[in-house]
Amino acid sequence: MTTDTASAPPQPRSGAERSPLRKLFSGSAGRSIGLVVALLVICVAGAVSGGDRFVDFGNVITILSQASIIGVVAIGMTFVITAGGIDLSVGSVLGLTTIVGSLTAVQAVAADSSWLVMVLLALLVGLGVGLVNGVVIAYGNVVAFMATLAMLVGARGLAELVGERRTFVVSDPGFKAFFRGDLFGVPVLVIMFALVAVAGWFLLNRTTFGRRTVAIGGNREAARLAGVNVKRHLVAVYALAGLTAGIAGVMMMARTNSGTSTHGLLYELDAIAMVVIGGTLLIGGRGTIMGTVLGVLIFSTLTNVFTLNNLSTSVQAVVKGVIIVVAVLLQQRFAKRT
Amino acid sequence: MSCVREEAVAPAFAACYVHRVIKDDHPTALLTVRGLSKSFAGVRALRGVDFDVLPGEVHCLLGQNGAGKSTLIKTLAGAHRPDGGELLWEGEPVEIGSTTAAIELGIGTMYQELDVVDGLTVAENIFLGHERSTGGVLHRRASAKAASELLARLGHRELSPHAEVGDLSPASKQIVSMARALSHDVKLIIMDEPSAVLDSEEVANLFRVVEQLTAQGIAVVYISHRLEEIRRIGDRITVLKDGASTASGLPVAETPTPELIRLMTGRSVANVFPPAVPIAPDAPVLLEAEGLALRGVFEGVDLTVRAGEVVGLAGLVGSGRSEILETIYGARKSTAGSVKVDGRALRPGSVDAAVRAGIGLSPEERKSQGLILDEPIFRNVTLSSFARFARGGLLDERTERRVAREQIDALELRPADPDRSARTLSGGNQQKILLARWLVHGTKVLLLDEPSRGVDVGARAEIYALIRRLAEAGTAILVVSSEIEEVLGLADRVHVIADGRVLTERDASDLTEHDVLDLVLKGTAA
Repeated sequence: MTTDTASAPPQPRSGAERSPLRKLFSGSAGRSIGLVVALLVICVAGAVSGGDRFVDFGNVITILSQASIIGVVAIGMTFVITAGGIDLSVGSVLGLTTIVGSLTAVQAVAADSSWLVMVLLALLVGLGVGLVNGVVIAYGNVVAFMATLAMLVGARGLAELVGERRTFVVSDPGFKAFFRGDLFGVPVLVIMFALVAVAGWFLLNRTTFGRRTVAIGGNREAARLAGVNVKRHLVAVYALAGLTAGIAGVMMMARTNSGTSTHGLLYELDAIAMVVIGGTLLIGGRGTIMGTVLGVLIFSTLTNVFTLNNLSTSVQAVVKGVIIVVAVLLQQRFAKRT
Repeated sequence: MSCVREEAVAPAFAACYVHRVIKDDHPTALLTVRGLSKSFAGVRALRGVDFDVLPGEVHCLLGQNGAGKSTLIKTLAGAHRPDGGELLWEGEPVEIGSTTAAIELGIGTMYQELDVVDGLTVAENIFLGHERSTGGVLHRRASAKAASELLARLGHRELSPHAEVGDLSPASKQIVSMARALSHDVKLIIMDEPSAVLDSEEVANLFRVVEQLTAQGIAVVYISHRLEEIRRIGDRITVLKDGASTASGLPVAETPTPELIRLMTGRSVANVFPPAVPIAPDAPVLLEAEGLALRGVFEGVDLTVRAGEVVGLAGLVGSGRSEILETIYGARKSTAGSVKVDGRALRPGSVDAAVRAGIGLSPEERKSQGLILDEPIFRNVTLSSFARFARGGLLDERTERRVAREQIDALELRPADPDRSARTLSGGNQQKILLARWLVHGTKVLLLDEPSRGVDVGARAEIYALIRRLAEAGTAILVVSSEIEEVLGLADRVHVIADGRVLTERDASDLTEHDVLDLVLKGTAA
């Protein structure tokens, strides 16, 4: 018995068909537009509620200064998340680098030679810890979440051991003069954030390093088959995140005039939130430095508006939580299915 | 037609070409493969593959699903390391230790599963891993231009190098994959089922490109199970079966189709299937699907399975057979039609409803979809029915273990230790865990997707006997397998499926493997 069905074969699934709105919002420009709008809304709210206290050059500089340190960390985090990973240790690493950079012995050496010793040591420590993270994750095949969670705990502990639970005051006049200075009224720290952001944008969008980072996050096996040395590349990505934590550590020493193991507490969570709000996919394969910068600015502007209106940090925390959830929901809604 | 024509690789001249090459020129083979073998976790995927590829020829690899084609390709591309055997490249022994090493030799590969990165553009995908750059800084305009030239060479000027690959159709992704293989200085291109996602016009274009390549002296290893394609562009054929080459370097024009089908299928395990038992004339229909459809995948599927009956779905990968099972099971929500168990209609898209009505599924990807690998055997066995082993919300592990042990004894599961983790078991024994799970649950209808995948040939006979015993006990069984012989040997009745349609429904005894292949190949090619 033969029962041939008369119906035609179903059409093969066609390419993704998307509405214009969805197309707009799924493009990188579209996502940035959404963030710019969000930032503008916050600014309008700030101007309405705070008036001249908000719309003021000095206040804008305050916002940017507050954004600069966490912003540098978030740039490094953007690379890690784009590559499909996560780095929970950046806050602890930041704390560790401030300790090492401001140790009495180190400052003594710096006094004899140059304050650059403090900077270099802090950067090297950040880079080194990032390398360890990368090797454990890439070659040890440890899940990034666990490897960097271990480093979160370990680096903080190491910072306490090295610093003997003390706070070191940064006294080097050269260091302070340089990092606490400004250029045409713009603080050096803000300029540093801008430079790191521009360098990060260039690295992600214009170099083989960035291209391969996106490829590994998007389809690790395809990248491997295309001849990308995935493991070596991942080590470099985590090292980069460590390096940005070191840069942020130097900035923290400058802003607070101190090195202590509690610097950078919970920075990893803020950085991840800013990166994801910016439009970088948490599963990897798509990253945007522009979005991260906007995410950073949204957070710090919001904090500023709340502070001007004397709202408690508890209220701020609740609102930030809501914003994170809404941002991720929007991202899922407009991200195309994979 | 003359046999001295130099560049001719068009199909009509294939035979001449082969004679010319072999008898007159005696060229060194570009690539020689001798006794290649490769195992994964004890399962031998390749067990002695021999063939050689001449410069400028289209060498076809033919074989059924699971014959080892994909493993062979990945070994040649440096993605897997062989366990044994020898590779010669232009006469010199080589080791292909990494994908980079393969590319440096001049081997480009287009993989079957689309190996592109959705978040990158066309040009970025093409040059991934060997980006046009100076000191790490990309030459974006140069690579876009080079990508455009490659795409033009492939006859796809309409593809923009700036388009994001995630927005492209599967056929366009295939083109990107091919452009990438060509972006290296290649002497050999491996194409793994390149036509699987292409329509007939795109296939014609693909063949034109293949002819251009061979005219330039580039060799092509072409993998397909569509015989008519191989007839059109192939020069020589190597047939793989169960991980070994059963024939190597046969001239396409001189090898008749029945011979090829015999080489692909003629296996010696035919007698392992247990004899079918006649079904009682009054056996109730336990599973009934009417006009079942999943938009874009399959439609108009009618089938019934009676108590004690084994019904098979035969078709190639991508024909929709696994999706039919998953839709019946409620893991996918049907877009039309109905499923009835014991005469009662099921709510579409609800696994819960299906399981409560008495359907069990043993999925294709046992490890990712069926088992909780690090849990002990007994917890895997009771997974679908542990509410029964609970008293006041507390699980009674002693009873769980006892029930599991009964199943272990009945199914001869080895090792016979209910506390061993599922991960440590062989493929055959993992399959038994899933069967035991549904036996404990008291399943009326059992859906089996690739019941012998990853199971050694020896253990298959046991699984087959077990399936037959389940049927004799009154279970209605619906089985899907990419091995046509398996479907025919196991089932009482068979539905042949291609492109989401049921081509025919017959008693298994009225069909041969050859008939099914013939139907499916015609049905797919139409």
